[in-house]
Amino acid sequence: MPRETPLAQKHRELGARFVEFAGWLMPVQYSGLVEEHTAVREAAGIFDVSHMGEIWFRGPGAIDAADGLVTNDISSLRSGQVLYTTMCTERGGIVDDFLAYRVGDEVLFVLNASNTEKGFRWIRSHTEKEAHVEDLSEKTVQVALQGPRAEDVLKKAGMAELLSLPHNGHVSIEIEGLQVLASRTGYTGEDGFELYHDTRDSDRLWNLLFEAGRGFGLKPVGLGARDTLRFEMGYCLYGNDIDESTTPFEAGLGWTVKLQKKKFLGREFLVRQKQEGVRRKLVGLEMLENAIPRTGYPVTSGGKEIGRVTSGTFSPSLKKGLAMAYLPVEASKPGTEVTVLVRGKEHRASVTKLPFYRRGSRK
Amino acid sequence: MKIPENLKYTEQHEWVRIEGDTAVVGITDYAQRELGDVVYVELPSVGDEAKAATPFGVVEAVKTVSDLFSPVSGEIAAVNEALSTDAGIVNKSPYEDGWMIKIKMSDTSELGSLLGPQDYEKLVGKEL
Repeated sequence: MPRETPLAQKHRELGARFVEFAGWLMPVQYSGLVEEHTAVREAAGIFDVSHMGEIWFRGPGAIDAADGLVTNDISSLRSGQVLYTTMCTERGGIVDDFLAYRVGDEVLFVLNASNTEKGFRWIRSHTEKEAHVEDLSEKTVQVALQGPRAEDVLKKAGMAELLSLPHNGHVSIEIEGLQVLASRTGYTGEDGFELYHDTRDSDRLWNLLFEAGRGFGLKPVGLGARDTLRFEMGYCLYGNDIDESTTPFEAGLGWTVKLQKKKFLGREFLVRQKQEGVRRKLVGLEMLENAIPRTGYPVTSGGKEIGRVTSGTFSPSLKKGLAMAYLPVEASKPGTEVTVLVRGKEHRASVTKLPFYRRGSRK
Repeated sequence: MKIPENLKYTEQHEWVRIEGDTAVVGITDYAQRELGDVVYVELPSVGDEAKAATPFGVVEAVKTVSDLFSPVSGEIAAVNEALSTDAGIVNKSPYEDGWMIKIKMSDTSELGSLLGPQDYEKLVGKEL
């Protein structure tokens, strides 16, 4: 049986349709994917993302332990800051991609739901014994508030102190007796916040934000629109666009790899790959014909398959078929014309720069 | 949800309206709601052959691709060209402007195996 988040009853009352995702029963859609997507681009949306995994590093050596696992630089992160990073195998394959929070002398990793168990095992088996690592996923509710009106909603909800947070900043606050860890982060390309609290307080924060959002066009948003929103930004989805067979350099995530760090898992391999260069790259594809590329569809050039679509959909904001795919470096330059096989028929597409969508309100 | 009395239905949620020896085909109100925003419809060409219970096209929502099944056999006599520029018509008007193809029927006895409105309502009730 899939697990439910503490907000499941709320979603039912809101008429959500559910889908099983990574062992969780999650709302995939409420009023309609396009309506929800548009609400986030133009007003605000509220998401239950309690299925994500929260792993805490505590005690002496917490920072070093966390830093040794990831490609980005956690040791130079100050308390109150968040960064996006990958965690790699010795072969440079991505074990997971996530946000890391420095909270005083502790570090919080927010893992993908599909990777929480695997990631936690990986972390346990690759950290020194004295480091204290704890999986608090079961005890944490995570709510995301995203969209250009997110600030207005927070103000109305009595959380104006969050407005001074910079992008990728976080702070712990108390609201109506509720302890909340809040960051100015998100997976949509819009301004927004991600908020964490204990499951004991189940739906109190959700209710507070939901009520406050009434005058601002706030809508509940399911996993369907969460995916189209992240996709338009070219953000990778683990399991689709990245996994242990892909490296950060191939995925366009080289900016999260800090080779000047003396030691981290996968460093040797990544140093070599950086020197030698990659053979394939994750690129954006824009359809030049009326067709919608989907995950797994072959990308061809001169009648030969040169890659496969890793994520593809109709873009609600840009109103056309778009895709991401790994293509050989020779075919990865923006403007290169390729074809995508849709039900056996070739349709023209052009390699394009990511993100696809550039009008987001993200600060 | 609308299930017009004067139409016949398939178990895959297509509707059929009989106009002489021609069958007009589309998808039901229930189907368009289940799909959500329809963004693309792929239809056959006039003159193509249609075969009962066999796919004649594809309807795509933002995140899903579904086959369209022909309720009867015959020859494609017309396709709704308007859907190629605005597939959303299927959501707005599933039984009227959102029609998809017209089939010149080769075997009208096939109509006997389609569902009437009451049976279709029962089918949809089970899925709800």
